[in-house]
Formats: sequence, C-alpha cells, structure tokens
Amino acid sequence: MSAGSQGMQPLADRRAMLRAAGGFLATLLAPGVMLYAFGAQSEPAGGQASAKVRWGLLIDVGRCPPGCDLCVAACRDENGWHESDRPEIDAQWIRKVKLHDPRTGASREVPVMCQHCDKPACVDVCPTGASFQRADGIVLVDKHICIGCRFCMMACPYKARSFVHEPQTAQKPWAPRGKGTVEGCTLCVHRLDSARLPACVEACAEKGGGAMLFGDLNDPNSDIAKAVAKHASMQIRSELGLGPAVHYQNL
Amino acid sequence: MRRAATIAVISALIVVAAAAAAMRSFAGTTPVPHPPKGQGEHCVADTEFMRKNHMKMLMHHRNEAVHLGVRTEQYDLNRCVACHAVAGPDARPVSFESPQHFCRSCHIYAAVSIDCFECHASRPDPRSRTAAMQPGNEEVAAIDQYLREIRP
Repeated sequence: MSAGSQGMQPLADRRAMLRAAGGFLATLLAPGVMLYAFGAQSEPAGGQASAKVRWGLLIDVGRCPPGCDLCVAACRDENGWHESDRPEIDAQWIRKVKLHDPRTGASREVPVMCQHCDKPACVDVCPTGASFQRADGIVLVDKHICIGCRFCMMACPYKARSFVHEPQTAQKPWAPRGKGTVEGCTLCVHRLDSARLPACVEACAEKGGGAMLFGDLNDPNSDIAKAVAKHASMQIRSELGLGPAVHYQNL
Repeated sequence: MRRAATIAVISALIVVAAAAAAMRSFAGTTPVPHPPKGQGEHCVADTEFMRKNHMKMLMHHRNEAVHLGVRTEQYDLNRCVACHAVAGPDARPVSFESPQHFCRSCHIYAAVSIDCFECHASRPDPRSRTAAMQPGNEEVAAIDQYLREIRP
C-alpha cells in the first residue's frame, strides 16, 4: 500500500509539471493564436462560438401545412445532398415525419432533424471524438476524424444521422461531405457563424407557414425563449433526458 | 609529405570542378512543377512560406473552424480554391479530377496524395469573391513563429 502511494508521488509531480508547462505554453502561444484565429482584416461576424448561447428551434406543427417540404428542399439545396434510389441509405439531415392517430383521425406532419441535445448520445459513443458538441450547443461531426463506424447512428434516438455510402462530387463549398463519414443537420453552422439563419428556417419564413422559430434559448429576451416560456411546447422523446434544443408546439 | 598534400588538394579541386560542370550541363533538364498563378494580387503569405507551411495552416484553421466556429475569411480553404482556380477547356474552373488543378500540379510531382477534395469542393462557388488579401509582414511573422512553435 505504502509502496503504491510512493509510486504515485512522482507521477503526481509530473502531472503538475505538465500542467504548469501547458499553462506556460498557452501564454506563449496566445498572441499567435489570437492573431490567427481572428484574422487581421476580416473578423468573423460571431467570432468564436460562445458557451453563453444555446441555439434552439421552436417548431409550431400547427403552422406546418401537410405536403409542404420547403424546409427539406432548402436544406437539400443548401447542403448539397439529395435523395437516391435507395431510400434506406438516404441522407437524414431533415425529413417530414407523418403522424396519424387512428383513434381520433388527427394527422400531423413534423419536420425532424438533429435535435442538438444537451447531452448527446452520439457524442458519448463516438470512439474518436469526431462527434462533438460546440460551445453554443450545436452537435456536429468532425469529418476529418470520423472513421465511419456509425456508432452515433445507432445511439441517436431521432435517426438524425446518416452515412455517406457513395463517392461525392458536387459538394457545396460551405458544406463538405464525403464517402465514409457520418453526417447530419449542422443547424447551418456556416450560416450562423456569419450571422444568418439556418436555410430551413429562412425558407419556412419566406414561403412556408412561418412555423420555425430560431434563436438563443439562453437569452430571456429572445423571441424563442419568450415563446417557449409562454406556450406549451414539448421535446420529442423528452423522457430520455437528452435535453433536445428543438421544441415542438401543437404536436 | 607537402607534395602529397598538394596533390590531394589539386585532385579535390579537379573533382569539384568536374561535378560543377556536370551539374551545369544538367541544369534545366530536371522537371520542376509549375503551379499556375493565383488570380489575386498576393497570396495570404509569401510564396516560400506558403510552400512550406500551407498544410499546417490548413490543419490549424480546420480545427479552429470546425470546433470553435472561428471562420476567418482570410485563411478559408474556399478562398484558396477560388483564387487558385484554373480554367479548363470549357472556361469553367477545373476540379481536382484534372491534373491542371492547382493543388495537383505540385502534389503529383511530390507524389503526395491529399484527400481534402473527397469531401471539400475543389471548384469555387461561382458567387464567391476571388481577390486575395495581403496581411502585413508582422502578421505573417507571427503566424510563422506560432507554426514553428506548435510543430517545429
């Protein structure tokens, strides 16, 4: 026992030393990092993703007309994916799910995409760290380090991720996607980072029923935070406790 | 003894001179890559610096952009692709499929295969701006120093 604790001593020392060295290194590098990160002339609209922000969506299903797939089409155009002749391998960025209650005859069509959970199961299971959550709550795949194991697809209760089976050629410059990696809704990070709304939200507001409300759930003065506080809304499979950022109203 | 040393020196000189002559006769026959010129006035850093460090800059920027959401316009891969676009026979920018593509023009020569364009678009967005920007020398020096420190 005592031998073990003696053995631990140098290890602890080494850890402390490494920590101190890391801190020193960070200060050394900081000016270079800052300069490189923010650029000399072109500061990005949002700078670094902030942990104070929690991006979320409120979808009013009552204003989502049956048969309308403007959000799906907008996502497809924006991110350059398309349906294939093999529906089982189709991309699952966003889809309309039809619900029907045979007892009352009520039916709904609900847009479902990555729910950008607080505690994402996909991030838990990822063996490489490719599946990760940004500071502002957006759950993404870093395709540079994704090995295509598809654990995240199995873990996701929303079926919000899909695997790219075929070589891709006509990608959009802002939405890289390639064979052998997993992909899903990015909440249009490339747009958010330059202070633009996600493509689905924009399309729904312009030509659709205006059913999608996007904003910062953490900001009590934002429209979405006020709407979530005012109206009864629900999250799909909320009993799983994953804390989805996508809220549904009139579901 | 002295004579031996003199002979050694003279023969060494002869060998060096012969080697130099041989090299001169081969000069210009060694194939070197000729990457097409970019469309902007300047690259984001000196050519020599870019030749040596572009891969480190891309790697660094990719992590900043994907994980932290820091998207500088200046070091954006899309801007590299846009500025270094090479027009093909149909006047449209060629894709990475073509050996004329800017990246391939050197990477074929160096026998270094890259997989950037398995996911990323190798053609510019028709709407993108193509002019490159020139940062001050101080910035380039700071990046240079930073990159040396993270990966000497």
